[in-house]
Amino acid sequence: MIELLSTVPPTSTGEAVAFWFLAPIAVIAAVMILVSRKAVHSALWMATTMIVLAVLFVMQGGIFLGVVQVVVYTGAVMMLFLFVLMLVGVDASDSFVETLRAQRVAGILLALGLGGMLVAGISRATFPAAPGVGAANDLAGGHVQAIAQAIFTRYVFTFEVVSVLLITAAVGAMALTHKELLTPRKPHAELSVERVRGEHPTPYPSPGVYAQHNAVDTPALLPDGTASEASVPDELRRQGTVRYTELEAARDQESDGGAPR
Amino acid sequence: MNPENYLYLATILFAIGSVGVLVRRNAIVVFMCVELMLNASNLAFVSFARLNGNIDGQVVAFFVMVVAAAEVVIGLAVIVTIFRTRRSASVDDPNLLKL
Repeated sequence: MIELLSTVPPTSTGEAVAFWFLAPIAVIAAVMILVSRKAVHSALWMATTMIVLAVLFVMQGGIFLGVVQVVVYTGAVMMLFLFVLMLVGVDASDSFVETLRAQRVAGILLALGLGGMLVAGISRATFPAAPGVGAANDLAGGHVQAIAQAIFTRYVFTFEVVSVLLITAAVGAMALTHKELLTPRKPHAELSVERVRGEHPTPYPSPGVYAQHNAVDTPALLPDGTASEASVPDELRRQGTVRYTELEAARDQESDGGAPR
Repeated sequence: MNPENYLYLATILFAIGSVGVLVRRNAIVVFMCVELMLNASNLAFVSFARLNGNIDGQVVAFFVMVVAAAEVVIGLAVIVTIFRTRRSASVDDPNLLKL
């Protein structure tokens, strides 16, 4: 009976079809990570590869691992990647200028050599007849039970070390991204005293809302027709992107020869 | 189909990831390629667990995932810190130690 089992093909037709359908998707998505000029596109292809790999895990009996793959990778890690991409700037597309001569060719050749060597090694190895993890699962009374038994008995020390690593990583990330304040933070009491005793106790005028513009970068007009500097955010004025209305611009040109304000 | 095909797929994905690490200039894409390599090794672990008929390979793959998550957190924090000081996410720009 055992002899008979080891001679039949170790995978079902369904698994073969799924594999030959999914494997090209994974490889194409992986190549697209490389050739996408924009980092966001790379991130989306990365998510594709990870979901395909999760399905491949499930197909091989790693149901728990497949679910963890979807939750941790496509859920948490990819969101973190996209978050940092938004922080760093989505428009920052990669420059394809080589700083080292022939680095791209050398890199591709090295990777081809690595892949070729690994493929050659695998093709020369003999493998057991792929009994699957079913027997190990049955021994523990279920798949998740089997994994829990392994993690909390044989690998309990690894588990503890990994938890310490995770906590250290979380603290490290907080320490690295901590921003030093340039000026001491003012308490609320001090801020309110400053506001009431200062020269502008009332709220600043709101920015202009006209028939043609409806944005914070257009200053409000005072009764005498001049633009109110206090009605636009300081940051916009520093960037020089404040829009003046046509009326104001024309008046400006008359008075001081069109010098931009 | 032979289950060894999963190992070939893992090898191909690992090689593609290594090309990305060597060739791409954007630090975030380089990180994605490192993740791809870790995922490929996870696929190999799961395949070996299936080939050998025990659960240990899957447990190791689980630990690899946890380490990868920690690595992503620290790596992205480093990228954000470098971006704050150098206004760039390219791996070519932090070259202050270059002669």
